[in-house]
Amino acid sequence: MIPPFNSLEFGIVVAMFAVVTVLGFLATRWKRAASLASIEEWGLGGRRFGTWVTWFLIGGDLYTAYTFVAVPALLFGTGATGFFAVPYTIAVFPIVMFAAARMWSVCHEHGYATAADFVRGRQGSALLALLVAITGIAATIPYIALQLTGIKAVIEVMGIGGDWPLWIAFIALAAYTWTSGLRAPALIAFVKDILIYIMILVAAIYIPYKLGGYDVIFHRTDTALSAKGLSTLLSGSQYLGYSTLALGSALALFLYPHAVTGVLASRDREVVKKNMSLLPAYSLMLGFIALLGYMAIAAHVKPVGGTAKAPDTTTIVPVLFNNQFPHWFAGIAFGAIVIGALVPAAIMGISAANTFARDIWRPYFRPRASDREQGLVSQIVSVILKLGAVGVIVSLKLSFAIEFQLIGGVIVIQILPAVVLGLYTRWYHRWALVAGWVVGMGLSVYMLYVTPSKTAAHFGSASFAFKTWGFDTKMTIWTGLVGLIANLIVATVLTPLLGRLPRGRDETRPADYEAVAAPPIPVGPEHAAGTAGASGD
Amino acid sequence: MSNDTRSRRRHPAVFLLLLLPLVAVLVPEFYNFTSPAIGGMPFFYWYQLAWIGGVAVCTGIVYAATRSAR
Repeated sequence: MIPPFNSLEFGIVVAMFAVVTVLGFLATRWKRAASLASIEEWGLGGRRFGTWVTWFLIGGDLYTAYTFVAVPALLFGTGATGFFAVPYTIAVFPIVMFAAARMWSVCHEHGYATAADFVRGRQGSALLALLVAITGIAATIPYIALQLTGIKAVIEVMGIGGDWPLWIAFIALAAYTWTSGLRAPALIAFVKDILIYIMILVAAIYIPYKLGGYDVIFHRTDTALSAKGLSTLLSGSQYLGYSTLALGSALALFLYPHAVTGVLASRDREVVKKNMSLLPAYSLMLGFIALLGYMAIAAHVKPVGGTAKAPDTTTIVPVLFNNQFPHWFAGIAFGAIVIGALVPAAIMGISAANTFARDIWRPYFRPRASDREQGLVSQIVSVILKLGAVGVIVSLKLSFAIEFQLIGGVIVIQILPAVVLGLYTRWYHRWALVAGWVVGMGLSVYMLYVTPSKTAAHFGSASFAFKTWGFDTKMTIWTGLVGLIANLIVATVLTPLLGRLPRGRDETRPADYEAVAAPPIPVGPEHAAGTAGASGD
Repeated sequence: MSNDTRSRRRHPAVFLLLLLPLVAVLVPEFYNFTSPAIGGMPFFYWYQLAWIGGVAVCTGIVYAATRSAR
């Protein structure tokens, strides 16, 4: 059942989209630099974002439109397990606080723009850096495509047929990202997040009020879920799966190139550390967004699209808004979801493109590439990635991309030993880290391959059932964690054995990992750091 | 800037504050209950939501205790 087209909703979404498109182009002038033609400026915003910009940028980057539609869809479809997003986004901040600060410092000292840059400098291994780069890009591409599912869910619910809105949205996005680089999503993130905060504040109060309170919501949800053998509490056999999914996702999150970009674009390590106690505000928002899944159950929402066997549950939040809110507010909420897809898609495109330009193009194709050329390559790749993502989404069936996102975390966590251990120790041998990556990645991908879902025989889920290996239990574990443990064991055992092979040259010094920013120096018409009014700090 | 490696006050106890939220939310045995509910929301949900505030406080204290002198 396709909902009727509503011109008020559509008009509001179009107007909001137009405003952020203009903002995206205006961002070129923000925190102005002499030239944007380098990865340093185009791809990292000159590394001069203060506390608030960084908060909006990383928040807008990590809490994506896909999250807003997928997490409630998960609670809608599976009950309590879907709430893992909350412990996940709690655990991530204490885990990464100091590692991210060290990462910022060493990258700032040596001008590294990506995790792979750091690995090359630290481990002295071109191969390991290449593996890190490829892993990061491979994990990011489907993530960009998935941002489109947020937009797609909204346009379906607004009763618009066809894929043309996706093309328009991403062509505009590609255009202003081309001109403004990371400044565009950083500026748009303000609009996006303020809108999302308003939307969720209203939704978390108004919808329960209309439905009769949280007790009615949970009561109806319990009844509906137990009819399907599910529950609003975990069953004993779900504990391990829940904890490891939360922990593993937390360990993986800041290994994604777009998260690294957000960290490196900040002005100082203290900005990074401070944000680890400010970013949980987004988790609170995510927690209430998650509960929209139960509100949708309680409000008897029927998903739009998909097939009878596998309905497209990503549409439940837009449908819920459409049913519960007046059209003008539903329009604002839809606009917020659309903009919420553009910010992370832009940052992901930039970060994957930076990784390509710095860690594949420069070392393997054009060792003498100038800063300007690297910046240009990054710009071109960023456009290709975005338009490629639309192409993938409109030509392939959607579930394909969702399965890839699922494995994104599983594969990206395999670079943890090379990147994170490298921040603290040089004990590991570069070849042991390479071997660990090979074993961890191989094992993880194999485990994903043998995991079926309801609709597919392979790559069905990132939760691995022990019974696949003959254990008599219903317990599951997050696949990536098993691969990571194998990876760490191999790297640790091989390091002493490989002692006779030459170690790579380490160009970093211990002090680099603690370095703070130099005092602001004048760059162009404005000062480099903290003086631009828009930064608010 | 290598001359900026001034020693920071690092009390091991402060770092336990980083462990606390992890243990609190990663062990479902602690919170997989319906009651006590608040405003109709089962313990399982409000407990985890409450720890979002908890983690902000813990990381905030650690940040304050370890920030490099300016």
